[in-house]
Amino acid sequence: MKIGVFVCHCGTNIAGTVDVEKVAKAASGLANVKYSTTYKYMCSSPGQALIWDVIKEKALDRVVVCACSPGLHEKTFRKCLEDAGVNPYLIEIANIREHCSWVHRDMEQATRKAIAIVKLAVAKVSRDKPLEKTYISIEKKVLIIGGGIAGIQSAIDIAFAKYPVVIVEREPSIGGKMAQFDKTFPTLDCAACILTPKMVTVSQSKYVTIHTCSEIEEVSGHVGNFTVKIRKKARSVDLKKCAGCGACWNKCPAKTASQFDMKLGKRTAIYVPFPQAVPNAPVIDRGNCLYFKTKKCGICQKVCPFGAIDYDMQDEIIEEKFGAIIVATGFTQFDHSVYGEYGYGKYKDVITGLHFERMVNSSGPTGGKVLRPSDGKEAKDVVFIQCVGSRDEQKGVSYCSRVCCMYTAKHALLLKEHNKDAQAYVFYIDIRAAGKNYEEFVKNVQDKHGAVYLRGRVSRVFEKGGKLIVRGADTLSGAQIEIQADLVVLAAGLVAQPDAAKLAQTMHIPYDKNNLFTEAHPKLAPAETITSGVFLAGACQSPKDIPDTVATASAAAAKVLGLLVQDKLEREPLIAKVDRILCSGCKACYEACPFHAIEMKEIEDRQLKRKRTVAEVLEGVCTGCGNCTAVCRMSAIDLEGFSNRQIMEQLGEI
Amino acid sequence: MTKEGWEPNIIGFLCNWCSYAGADLAGTSRMEYPPNIKIIRVPCSGRVNPLFVLKCLMNGADGVLISGCHIGDCHYSEGNFHARRRFAVLKRFLEYLGLDPRRFQMSWVSASEGDKWSKLIKELVEEIKTAGPNEVTGDD
Repeated sequence: MKIGVFVCHCGTNIAGTVDVEKVAKAASGLANVKYSTTYKYMCSSPGQALIWDVIKEKALDRVVVCACSPGLHEKTFRKCLEDAGVNPYLIEIANIREHCSWVHRDMEQATRKAIAIVKLAVAKVSRDKPLEKTYISIEKKVLIIGGGIAGIQSAIDIAFAKYPVVIVEREPSIGGKMAQFDKTFPTLDCAACILTPKMVTVSQSKYVTIHTCSEIEEVSGHVGNFTVKIRKKARSVDLKKCAGCGACWNKCPAKTASQFDMKLGKRTAIYVPFPQAVPNAPVIDRGNCLYFKTKKCGICQKVCPFGAIDYDMQDEIIEEKFGAIIVATGFTQFDHSVYGEYGYGKYKDVITGLHFERMVNSSGPTGGKVLRPSDGKEAKDVVFIQCVGSRDEQKGVSYCSRVCCMYTAKHALLLKEHNKDAQAYVFYIDIRAAGKNYEEFVKNVQDKHGAVYLRGRVSRVFEKGGKLIVRGADTLSGAQIEIQADLVVLAAGLVAQPDAAKLAQTMHIPYDKNNLFTEAHPKLAPAETITSGVFLAGACQSPKDIPDTVATASAAAAKVLGLLVQDKLEREPLIAKVDRILCSGCKACYEACPFHAIEMKEIEDRQLKRKRTVAEVLEGVCTGCGNCTAVCRMSAIDLEGFSNRQIMEQLGEI
Repeated sequence: MTKEGWEPNIIGFLCNWCSYAGADLAGTSRMEYPPNIKIIRVPCSGRVNPLFVLKCLMNGADGVLISGCHIGDCHYSEGNFHARRRFAVLKRFLEYLGLDPRRFQMSWVSASEGDKWSKLIKELVEEIKTAGPNEVTGDD
């Protein structure tokens, strides 16, 4: 073993406090150190050339560089070793700048400490092992979970780069929440007008496959090679035969409330959720279908000119491989029923923002008229209550849902547009209109459309003489206020989907206390998760408006493309490794691994002449955290680069 | 009982992502602290085997520190939970073995807490000084 020790002056950064010559001299006396020297700037080209020359000249096989923190130049020096024909993992950095010369003043003390640091590094490098970078193949196909605007945008971007995409959507149509919206702030484009062309684009792309009525059953594998089981629920309509002519749903005798219209309207048991649905084919709601309930109808099958109705259709499990996954499962509206004081559920004329969206939509259940659900009369005085669920740790969530101020302002404007005599009252806590042209929009609603904004909370909503009495405080004037309203609209916040935690567990991605999925870094990696190969788009990460959702969807797509464009994925070899002979199969590492990077595998033990179970590290998934090594009772699992031997060797030199 | 000129010898196991970077920041910000601690870089506080701590103390280290990311901020999402649980047990065990529990400490220092790191080491060195030299190995 021939170790070379190279001590950097870093100008005066190190040499000003540490006697570098003394350090080099002390290093030369350590076991296996064949050469040591100092140089002004070891990371500079001449500095690296010096290391290269000495490696060649003295036939060094290991190197210690005493310089700055390894985060800065470890890679530089690894490259230098590689160029000189030495395995790049046979180097250690002794951090004598950040951890020594910069934090101590006394030269003698600092020099003594620097020597101690170098001793530890030399001890470690003597136990370093040559490692090879690992490469894993990549399945060049992407799974997108959720077919709302986020999933659609990601799919369009990836398909544009000609990589195949599969969208899994649990509803019968893609489009998500945006399809339910009427107009979008702050430009008032109609949501359908900007969304449906994108829906058509994805559905017509030869690179995109859409599975509707489908959910994720199981995910295994790792970046580059995920295996996913998708449950395609029985639609009872053969998509290959159906032409979407409408004969079936026009004749269907069973009526039920439409979820798409927030139960303000009715639909048939065989239905398309909305006219521009993609795929443009109906689905049978078996819970309400007379054939499924009584076996005595079958009209849709009789009238279908294409023979597309299949009552015997079963759920189907599709297993596919993917290189990357984008989670774009969006949000759901906060369940405001916990606010009993607002009378939701008790009074028909207390509705939510999403109900209002359907109402003002010209193709909605009321044909675009703002009508009281109780008596069908046109609503004139409408009270909007903001922050329902948001910013309320007692009953709701602590965060601000970010979009409610804007959508409420939009509702106030649309109300006036639909009925000139109407009057909007908005109870708010703060107006949060941060976004391009957002503040201007709210101001315009207040100034030009006469919406009355009242800063304060509503204490109670109750019925009196056919009107809803809204009692609240105006904290600006200090007055108690009572408004006789025809309709009350609750700006319910945005929360995670009810089964978000379950999906996160299936995907092995972390989620927060609100069940929102956690990004890899809140600022610098907002589209990634800590699970390599799994990305986030849209409101499943936190509430977002449409522009932000589209931006994150494209960000996730860009990250995915950066991955797929590689021929092979390079992985650092600093990962866990199992010695099968020692492994007792106790599963302690399996339980401790935060990344599910350990699989238990049955092997044939030739000596024992029987099968036994051992741990196996999934190279593509292991991040090299080493938590497995600390729990192993047999010392069978070890971490390359930070092995027990390496650390123990260091501890021998303390 | 303190020997003339004795200075504590402390070993710190620092996770690469938070505490090691926090100690780097203390350096970049020139926040002085006593030179009694030698740092061993590990990927995660959860990587530290209890045996490493024992080995330090058996080899005559006067103090051992394990420092990781703040609870909830672990780079590997849950490694520091494992560490916290494991070393709470070890601390009790060291006491049982007749080792002064002051010699073994844990801390959570983030990459932005250079000042906390510097302050922590100052306090730790003082505390180990009051504990005196580790004479478990019996040599004088």
